[in-house]
Amino acid sequence: MRYIFDLHQMMLKNNIILVYEGEFTQEITKSVLAMAERNMDSVGEESTIKRKVFNVMVECLQNIVKYSEEYVTEEKRSNTAIFMIGKFDDSYVITSGNPIKDETVAELQNKLEQINSLDKDGLKNLYKDIIKSSTGLTEKGGAGLGFVDMARKSGQPLEYSFENMGNGLSFFSLKVTISRV
Amino acid sequence: MEIISLEGTEDTPKILLDKGNSIFEISGRSLPEDAAEFYQPIIDWIRKYGEDPLDETIFVFKLEYFNTASSKLILDTLSALEDIPGVKIHWYFYEDDEDMEEAGEEFSELIDLEFEFKPY
Repeated sequence: MRYIFDLHQMMLKNNIILVYEGEFTQEITKSVLAMAERNMDSVGEESTIKRKVFNVMVECLQNIVKYSEEYVTEEKRSNTAIFMIGKFDDSYVITSGNPIKDETVAELQNKLEQINSLDKDGLKNLYKDIIKSSTGLTEKGGAGLGFVDMARKSGQPLEYSFENMGNGLSFFSLKVTISRV
Repeated sequence: MEIISLEGTEDTPKILLDKGNSIFEISGRSLPEDAAEFYQPIIDWIRKYGEDPLDETIFVFKLEYFNTASSKLILDTLSALEDIPGVKIHWYFYEDDEDMEEAGEEFSELIDLEFEFKPY
């Protein structure tokens, strides 16, 4: 039973106000958003901050719905991912983690590095270039703008890492900070 | 011409396209699971409307939030309107919502239509 206490302690230590581990769907996305909104409303969070957090959450959650890969080992088959929100005095920290295929790591890393190398105007121009050049949505229904939008709303670099999971998969972790000051 | 009237939900905007009463409005939240599927009937309607439009069309966007997939489809919606003479865009945003104001400005830079910005 100790793990319950440990998990609780770890969440307190990291100021995590909401965690969801499991399958991600549009319905789950809406539920998680509603919980986070209620939480921010209950503490009277400022509307500009609330909107930015909401914005980043949507892009994060919908990325997982669209791109998370199923994880299959001899012991089990899982298509779960994790999503968390941490709340600190000066910021909200939105984090997610999900398996992706090894062959997509390099492309994703390049994209994130490019985004992190740009300033506010650079990000604005990249957003406009992508939106006007694409002829439609990707086969997964995305616009290719999610990370750019998260970086614009955050105003800070996107933090990320890739952990090798074996079986041709890597675990992609993402951390986006929204300042409260 | 048929009227499109959709109630808003927690992830789709309210839509009212009514030529007879000269009301053209998209409002609320837009983060549908499949943005292309949601917006296609709206774009089709606008194309058809463009065959015999009113002299003046005030098209209202009063969005409180849209995701990036919707943003692409909003641009496509604006592109369809671009081909129709006499169209003006009224872009509403909450007074303190700089991001929504800026989003409207960016669309206006990408699209050759007259935009009026309306804080509320």
